[in-house]
Amino acid sequence: MNQLEINNLNVEIKEKKLLDGISLKINSGEIHVLMGPNGSGKTSLSNAIMGNPKYKITKGTIKFNNKDILNLKVDERARLGIFLGFQYPSELSGVTITQFLKQAYSNLDKDISFLDFNNILKEKIKELNIDYSFIKRNLNEGFSGGEKKKNEILQMNILKPKIAILDEPDSGTDVDALKLIANGINKTVNENNTGILLITHYNRILEYVKPDFVHIIHNGKIILSGDLSLAHQIEEEGYEKIIGVKNE
Amino acid sequence: MNETSFLDINQKKYSFKEDLEYLEVFPKGLNKEIVEAISKIKNEPEWMLKIRLKAYGEFLKKPMPTWGPDLSNIDFNDITYYLSANKKVENDWEKVPEKIKNTFEKLGIPEAERKFLAGAGAMMESTTAYHKLRKDLEKKGIIFCDTDTAIHKHPELIKKYFGTVVPIVDNKFAALNTAVWSGGSFVYVPKNVKVDLPLQAYFRINAEKTGQFERTLIIVEEGAEVNYIEGCSAASYSSNSLHTAVVEVVALKDSRVRYTTLQNWSDNIYNLVTKRAHAYENAYVEWLDANIGSAITQKYPSVYLKGEYAKANILSVAFANNNQIQDTGAKAIHFAPNTTSTIISKSISKGSGKTVFRGLVQVQKGAKNCKSFMKCDALMLDKEAKSDTIPSLKINEEDVQVGHEATVGKVGEDQLFYLMSRGLTEQEATNLIVNGFFKQFTKELPLEYALEFNKLIELEMKNEIS
Repeated sequence: MNQLEINNLNVEIKEKKLLDGISLKINSGEIHVLMGPNGSGKTSLSNAIMGNPKYKITKGTIKFNNKDILNLKVDERARLGIFLGFQYPSELSGVTITQFLKQAYSNLDKDISFLDFNNILKEKIKELNIDYSFIKRNLNEGFSGGEKKKNEILQMNILKPKIAILDEPDSGTDVDALKLIANGINKTVNENNTGILLITHYNRILEYVKPDFVHIIHNGKIILSGDLSLAHQIEEEGYEKIIGVKNE
Repeated sequence: MNETSFLDINQKKYSFKEDLEYLEVFPKGLNKEIVEAISKIKNEPEWMLKIRLKAYGEFLKKPMPTWGPDLSNIDFNDITYYLSANKKVENDWEKVPEKIKNTFEKLGIPEAERKFLAGAGAMMESTTAYHKLRKDLEKKGIIFCDTDTAIHKHPELIKKYFGTVVPIVDNKFAALNTAVWSGGSFVYVPKNVKVDLPLQAYFRINAEKTGQFERTLIIVEEGAEVNYIEGCSAASYSSNSLHTAVVEVVALKDSRVRYTTLQNWSDNIYNLVTKRAHAYENAYVEWLDANIGSAITQKYPSVYLKGEYAKANILSVAFANNNQIQDTGAKAIHFAPNTTSTIISKSISKGSGKTVFRGLVQVQKGAKNCKSFMKCDALMLDKEAKSDTIPSLKINEEDVQVGHEATVGKVGEDQLFYLMSRGLTEQEATNLIVNGFFKQFTKELPLEYALEFNKLIELEMKNEIS
């Protein structure tokens, strides 16, 4: 059983407050959905959890299995089993997906032969309906939106994190890609008992991924928490009514 | 066997000093007598001495170039122009003097020769200690020997081509080389003969305050093909040494030549080299030039496209660490119609290191329908590092297609965050970014060299090589 516990988290960049007292507890196997309008603090939260040095924590704690991780570097958090699926993953020229993932895998796990790793990779790309040629391409270089998002899910499925934060894995994807991405998320939860924080703007993906909890974030605060019905309520009534203010 | 594996690389692999027993050490400094003595000790014919003396005159006449890095630290009088630790060139490693052999074994040269070379040469200080070509290639008429031997054995070829690609008057350092040259490779590939594996020459400087002036001449006849690789390194000292080579390549009709350099001099070496090829009709010349070591390197491999449909591909990479200047680049001069050139430069600077790219594409009047593309990418690893890009296009013909691109960047924080979020340390992430940056170069190398190159770069990143 693994647990990520965020308590009263306050975050700023260049003295601008982005998160204002966020508290959230994610356990193994749970799917939490975080929804909110643009600029509400969704991406700030994901960056703060992963330890992006640009984001300054001014108050509060982030604990992983009761251990404070705020002093840990990004890679140290990753090696604990925390994963971030990026909304806008970086491109890296001259480095193939295979090469990158093999190094990441070897770092987290133990040494693995190229052949064994290739077999794992082949199996995982099949599940995401990704062509073999894809993994010989340079990391995210010239990828379409959907390809980038699939690549993030592929990485999660290979690295088997204990807690994964997925920042808008559904944006910019078509229906087919969306289904595959949702399947990938479900599979990771079922097989690895990963705890998920799924950040999304829309309800679309919730047709395929069933959350245990839904949280609404606004102005850096979680203002409402509930179950799937909360997401449906938003779809019907819009954010405005729920949060009682105008969308930015 | 105290042989080190080719890929067992650490900081001491290159910078070690061997306690050599020198047989010849000329007094320091340069004058007419030294030039004559070099010619004499080699038992050279009169015509070569004449060339040397003429070149020495040109060297004296020409001022120090001031357009590039500051070379005022070079004291031409505090350099030994000829020293030798071996009597003659051997073609059997067992006969090479023990300590010289030790050096090259530590550098993995005999192992590389056995595994993936068609021929190998090894030069220590001013003289070639070892040279060998595979027997079956010898039978095909290929010549691969040190240039001193070629003067005696193949004077007709030397007389025909020596100094025709890089003339004495070309520049001060080419003149210096021509005056005091010693060693280097001579390669001759007869018509339609293709050399399947690379020929390799390795150049080593072990002594302090010395100069190495090898002279390389490669002649590739019609329809012939050759792949030549050179490596170099030096023992590390606090005082400066000089490496001034001239390389001439003659690529005749329909021939293919690939010339690869992995330059890893210690950081007390001034590396001032002139490399040029003449490409005749439908010939294809490639320079793959990597500069990792030296204090200052100035080197701009060039191709003169002299025959119709000739092609040039120049790929130049450089890494400038603390206190290093890598002033590199390429030149493509289009003399004939329908010729094509590609110049790609990738450079990285770190700390007080500086990279400079100088690229020249020149199209002469009448060279219609030429195509040229020049691209340089510079990456700076920190705030202190510097990089300059100086491309130059001189187009004297209207009917041409010439393109140029340049990028200058720093390792992105977002890229690092992304890679580290997958568990890579900052060092590993930076290494990966850098390896990827050089991929366009390394993918062209034979696997063993690509691995060696990547490891050298990783060492530079860790700063293990002082």
